[in-house]
Amino acid sequence: MFAAVLCCGLRVKSQPIHTLSYFIFINNEWHDSVSGKVFSTYNPATGEKICDVQEADKADVDKAVQAARSAFSLDSVWRKMDASERGKLLFKLADLVERDRAYLATLESLDTGKPFLSSFFVDLQGTIKTFRYFAGWADKIHGSTIPTDGEYFTLTRHEPIGVCGQIVPWNFPLVMTAWKLGPALSCGNTVVLKPAEQTPLTCLYIGALIREAGFPPGVVNILPGYGPTAGAAIASHMGIDKVAFTGSTEVGKLIQEAAGKSNLKRVTLELGGKSPNIIFADADFELAVEQAHQGVFFNNGQCCTAGSRIFVEEPIYDEFVRRSVERARRRTVGNPFDPTAEQGPQVSVEQQRRVLELIQSGITEGAKLECGGKAPLSKGFFVEPTVFSDVQDHMRIAKEEIFGPVQQIMKFKTIEEVIERANNTEYGLAAAVFTTDLNKAMTVSAALQAGTVWINCYNALSCQCPFGGFKMSGNGRELGEIGLKEYTEVKTITMKMSGKKS
Amino acid sequence: MPGPPSLQIHRSASRSKPCKYCRTINSHSLPPAPDMKTQPISNYLLQIFINNEWHTSIKGKKFPTINPATGVKICDVEEADKADVDEAVRAARAAGQRGSEWRQMDASSRGRLLHRLADLLERERAVLATLESMDTGKPFLHAFFVDLDGSIKTLRYYAGWTDKIHGKTMPVDENFVCFTKHEPVGVCGAIIPWNFPLLMFMWKIAPALACGNTVVIKPAEQTPLTALHTGALIKEAGFPPGVVNIVPGFGPTAGAAIGSHMNIDKVAFTGSTEVGQLIKAAAAKSNLKRVTLELGGKNPCIVFADSDLQSAVEETQKGAFFNQGQACTAASRVYVEEAVYDEFLRLSVERAKNIAIGDPLEPRTSHGPQINQHQFDKILELVASGKKEGATLECGGCAVEDRGLFIHPTIFSDVKDHMRIAKEEIFGPVQCIMKFKTQEEVIDRANGTQYGLTAAVFTRDIHRAMSVSAALEAGTVWVNCYNALHAQAPFGGYKMSGNGRELGEYALAEYTEVKAITLKLSERLTL
Repeated sequence: MFAAVLCCGLRVKSQPIHTLSYFIFINNEWHDSVSGKVFSTYNPATGEKICDVQEADKADVDKAVQAARSAFSLDSVWRKMDASERGKLLFKLADLVERDRAYLATLESLDTGKPFLSSFFVDLQGTIKTFRYFAGWADKIHGSTIPTDGEYFTLTRHEPIGVCGQIVPWNFPLVMTAWKLGPALSCGNTVVLKPAEQTPLTCLYIGALIREAGFPPGVVNILPGYGPTAGAAIASHMGIDKVAFTGSTEVGKLIQEAAGKSNLKRVTLELGGKSPNIIFADADFELAVEQAHQGVFFNNGQCCTAGSRIFVEEPIYDEFVRRSVERARRRTVGNPFDPTAEQGPQVSVEQQRRVLELIQSGITEGAKLECGGKAPLSKGFFVEPTVFSDVQDHMRIAKEEIFGPVQQIMKFKTIEEVIERANNTEYGLAAAVFTTDLNKAMTVSAALQAGTVWINCYNALSCQCPFGGFKMSGNGRELGEIGLKEYTEVKTITMKMSGKKS
Repeated sequence: MPGPPSLQIHRSASRSKPCKYCRTINSHSLPPAPDMKTQPISNYLLQIFINNEWHTSIKGKKFPTINPATGVKICDVEEADKADVDEAVRAARAAGQRGSEWRQMDASSRGRLLHRLADLLERERAVLATLESMDTGKPFLHAFFVDLDGSIKTLRYYAGWTDKIHGKTMPVDENFVCFTKHEPVGVCGAIIPWNFPLLMFMWKIAPALACGNTVVIKPAEQTPLTALHTGALIKEAGFPPGVVNIVPGFGPTAGAAIGSHMNIDKVAFTGSTEVGQLIKAAAAKSNLKRVTLELGGKNPCIVFADSDLQSAVEETQKGAFFNQGQACTAASRVYVEEAVYDEFLRLSVERAKNIAIGDPLEPRTSHGPQINQHQFDKILELVASGKKEGATLECGGCAVEDRGLFIHPTIFSDVKDHMRIAKEEIFGPVQCIMKFKTQEEVIDRANGTQYGLTAAVFTRDIHRAMSVSAALEAGTVWVNCYNALHAQAPFGGYKMSGNGRELGEYALAEYTEVKAITLKLSERLTL
């Protein structure tokens, strides 16, 4: 299966990129930028330019919002469509993504540097499943009828919010696009979506599939561009009713502030993390070593869920470090299209520099560098799998989100101590606990301040389960039924009754 | 004796590998007019479907199925009896046991299978609509646009539910953690009627499969063909063997075997109230299997003087005559406010006289034959009772000359609540029109029945619409519409019209057992 998929991917790779991925997508049509500007997107494995893409700015956002507004007008095709039909369109979209799975996985690997097999099996799988999951919700978004006091009858309708601005990151361009579009469209909203400037290609290709699936013009509009220009225009736009952002905590704050200053648009944020992973001495050791390893190194460490603070109980600490180092040394780094490569490059030279700088700070502050720590190749933005032991909570590598392949391993003695240390962060996205003791598992998972707690697993995300952050890791939740709440306004309709009837 | 009439199937040139069970047709826009000449129905599809395989009956018996429009036998079908039901239950039990492929499957994958089945139904839409029309006598266009549409939508709707059947976590007292899992009930028996064979098939299997159950389903002996054709599609879609088993046969034999089987965990029945009572008694006497019932109705329509009269006439009449009156939702008691009674009656009669009766396969036909001689006789007997008891026969009231089982759309006026035609389910094209004066009076009269399936109210007044719909004892109330059924909305009866609800999220509760799992911890969790 792997070999077949890989051959398939490599065959696609030799084909030219669909030129549709170069333009701005508004009203189901392809547009040049108003300003006439373009920007380049690079292959991080080689540092070479892939192509130029039209650069959306405020004027293009205005055009897109206008299209989305008119697609959302009261008598539009989209607003008059049966909910079950919206579901069918999303199903169709999932089928089309499945049809073009190898092409999209190739494009994703080319643009992000993530290993092709990961793109194919993780990103594409997640994208398809998310679209299908929310397709099923479209005609199941129930309001309620409410037994109000007095001579009244009340019912609620869960209506779409309107035009949703969505800003997605470069680490999972397709999956994040699906997480945004799936619930927004299922609930009947229209969308203005900006992919990251580093990775616009797959998202724009989804535009072509949106059109092919038969979504009415203006329902989805895609604007490749930069944060400070197109992104800022979305966040502060008076014609956008809601904004959803996935990215850094720093930018998340700007988005929320812009929403407050403009029209109080609804805001959901999925931001950074410094997620603790707690390994008790009674845990399945092999499983814990491997899951902790994957939890931090997956996607070249570029995950908001990265399990970057590993707290290991004292009796097994030394052995855990030894085995983790051994595993990290075995981690193969290379060309994303090499099937043996577990790790590709960081997404950009800026990210590579930032990761190397944080590694340096770890060394300076006295953590023990067990392996890695360097940029191994002259070409591309690679960083070696890196493990630090003897990390103290006050060190920068224990506090800041690194977003790179760097594992911090700390020691703990008691359950109370480790809970306190795990929670002692501004973040609260994910956490994990490894133990075979039921009481420990439940006590720790109840005590951890995190939107997701994994027990004896890591990165076990599924589109059926809510995902989001406590504290400064975000606002609101994506996925699951609860994800629908973020894309609906509840309307209470109360009717005066002439006589009370029960 | 002529051979059995059979189907002319349009083969799609673009399909390279035709399945041996299935025929592809172009089902875009209007269906092609079916031509009944060559190609017999595949023998496979006339057998008992167990474990994704076709079986002859253990007793070696067969029964004929008849085209009610012509009275000619279509074909013989293998007749399932108790021994065959036992086989089917064994297969269903094995398919649903712990560790089976079906039980280990991701919930979302169950959804994919249901979607695939919907796609296959869409592909076979014209074939299935033709079979349905031949076997039931319902107009082909109704079969194509109503039955098939409803069947496909029901499958798609429940396909979406599979991975959304949520349990809960409960904040229980002290140092406990409690959560619920909604698990499948197990082997579900289903017994379906002959009036909407395919649609009822989907109402049963779609929620059952969405929740992860396995099924033993008995189509009505009058109309087994579309159910069996669907068996081939279930196999093609990729459901594991034994998940759905189809046992064509009779109520007193195969049906009773299902009702009293010790290894069936739940039975769902749609049919008459009389048989529903037998099913529930059999369930109680055997293993207390869970029971859901969709039974008869004598459904009131209340037309107020302030309503849009033309629309009320059309909707109530469609409600009364749709499917030749063979619907549990049939609008068989129409209460019209005194002030508009005469006008309503005049318009209704005028309209009834224009209903196109004819060959069900002819696209202009909107009214076909009754299902069989027994039903035909029963309807005419009730019509005679209406005349005898003093109701005024306004139109119809008799069979169509020289046309076998066809009955003219019939309207009675001056019907009194005590008459048999106002109390008994006729299951034929007979509309009874009564007069009322006050809202209070009509609510009492509408509720004065053992049934409580559906009801309708026609008015422009929002207060009246709300207060009458609140007062009616019926599982469904339609306001200014009739037969507005949707996969998303629950359907089922008050009183002796049934137990439980089908469709909507509510139906999932009928196909799941809730398990509460409580963990004792060594200490209390923080909130």
